[in-house]
Amino acid sequence: MSSVEREVSQAMCQAEPEQGGLLRPIKRFGLQIGIVVVALIVWLAFLVGSPRTFLSFPIYQAFMSTTPFFTIIALPLTLVIIAAEIDLSFPSIMSWGMTAFFLVFGVTNSLELAVLACLLAGLAAGLLNGFIVTAIGIPSLVATIGTQFFWRGVVLVITGGNGSSLISTQGTILHDGLVGRLGGRVPAQMLWAILVAIVVWVFLNRHRFGAHVYLVGDNVESAKLMGVNVARTKMLVFAIVGVAAAFSGLVASLEVLYYWPTLGEGYMLSTLSSVFLGGTSVFGGTGTIFGTFVASFIIGAINAGIVASGLTGFWTQLIYGLIIVLSVSMHAVLRRKLV
Amino acid sequence: MDYILEMKDVSKCFGEVEALRHVNFAVGRNEIVGLLGDNGAGKSTLIKIVTGYHRPDSGEIYFNGQKWTDVSVAKARELGIETVYQERALADQQPLWRNIFMGRELANQLGFLDVRKMKQETRNLMIGSMGFTSSAVSPDSIVRTFSGGEKQGVAIVRALYFQAELIILDEPTMGLSLSETKKLLDFVRDIKQAGKACIFIDHNVFHVYSVADRVVVLDRGAVAGEFLTKDITLEQLMEKMYRVAQTGSMD
Repeated sequence: MSSVEREVSQAMCQAEPEQGGLLRPIKRFGLQIGIVVVALIVWLAFLVGSPRTFLSFPIYQAFMSTTPFFTIIALPLTLVIIAAEIDLSFPSIMSWGMTAFFLVFGVTNSLELAVLACLLAGLAAGLLNGFIVTAIGIPSLVATIGTQFFWRGVVLVITGGNGSSLISTQGTILHDGLVGRLGGRVPAQMLWAILVAIVVWVFLNRHRFGAHVYLVGDNVESAKLMGVNVARTKMLVFAIVGVAAAFSGLVASLEVLYYWPTLGEGYMLSTLSSVFLGGTSVFGGTGTIFGTFVASFIIGAINAGIVASGLTGFWTQLIYGLIIVLSVSMHAVLRRKLV
Repeated sequence: MDYILEMKDVSKCFGEVEALRHVNFAVGRNEIVGLLGDNGAGKSTLIKIVTGYHRPDSGEIYFNGQKWTDVSVAKARELGIETVYQERALADQQPLWRNIFMGRELANQLGFLDVRKMKQETRNLMIGSMGFTSSAVSPDSIVRTFSGGEKQGVAIVRALYFQAELIILDEPTMGLSLSETKKLLDFVRDIKQAGKACIFIDHNVFHVYSVADRVVVLDRGAVAGEFLTKDITLEQLMEKMYRVAQTGSMD
């Protein structure tokens, strides 16, 4: 028995219960508590501002039907940003997935194969991002601005700028399963967003892959020295965002029963601001799925609130831009303060 | 003596520069070897050969009596050679337990983590080996809040936990305060206690002398001399170091 083992076994007998009282959880979950408080304040403000709207169910049904479109992308995008990378190509991948959907649907007339094609198209686009970043070594900011234009271009060339109807999917399992109304009230996409949140949370916090995502974003040099496969980890996070973007594009199109080639163009700001408002550090290494999930509904509420409070839609961009700048600045300041 | 590492007649050139000239160097199975030498003496080249980063131009290397043929950084680690690098060793914003198990997480076949066990093991190591007794520090503590000496300690304890046979400490006291240095030297003594071997590289003769069993002095790519610390006083060692720096010879 070596002395380390002996010390370990001695220590086992002495292991004392955790101390520190109430302060420790507050310190540890500070950002998550903060985002919930922000959500409550926003909600109360709307409640006071227009009680008639916010005391009835339809407004919440509206939230639950439109917010998941970007929640579903913001959740895996959180992994990319924790890994100290960025992906700006997801709006175009949303549309590229649906183009692949119609290409295959047109040939095979099979919804199943079309859905598969849609997800595979997203996967391929995500892997391409990962390849450009890890194998060629282009900063992801530049690489994904490039692929953003590239995939939008591919979509426009193939579709000729024309949309396609999805009326024929009405009543199918696909339509009901992705965007149906449970009990006639709760949009199915809300449940998909919750499911995605749970799955991504489990992989980020309880799987080796997620452990490596944190390490790669925190200190890529030490991650390499300790045997973490940095390139594979980054490839995977981009791939997952690609699949999620294609999936979200499918859900958003089914909801309105029409595919516009411009699909995704409105989602850049709301998705990014969900991740940053949710407490994910723009410098990499920290971030939570819970934060992104709650923040995406704050963003969704602000969108509805702007309309409900009589401001024009022009205000949304201004406010989202402000949220991104304020939340990343706040985290940068907190980062220096807390140490 | 039973050697864990033996280098015989090893030479390495970078272009015209002879970084190592016919070096014979060995580390016992449970020995702390201090490696001293001025800047450019060849200390880091020697270490980079041991860790599989450089390949020697000539000479032979044996690890555990086995001759090295095709050695890479990954292979050296697999054999149990662990290097503790200053600063670069830890992920600062992550909790202690994630740092301890960095790249070697305890997980099932599907890759799902055993978080409870990792935290428990971390707690045991903290109390048993790292000497963290304050209740302000837990396995969930963020490493960034630790002092420089504590961080080095975490890296050394991590190496010990993963059964490293030979731990290489490259300038570990650089930038540490006096009390942190003392703590670090205690960690080095723990390596000896644990029955493992260590190569300790430092500029500071005093630090090396206080923990090493044997001191090897490199000068201009060659071994200028080696001493068992029990056979020589600190004054004599300093005298010899000074002479080497002046004349290139020990005597």
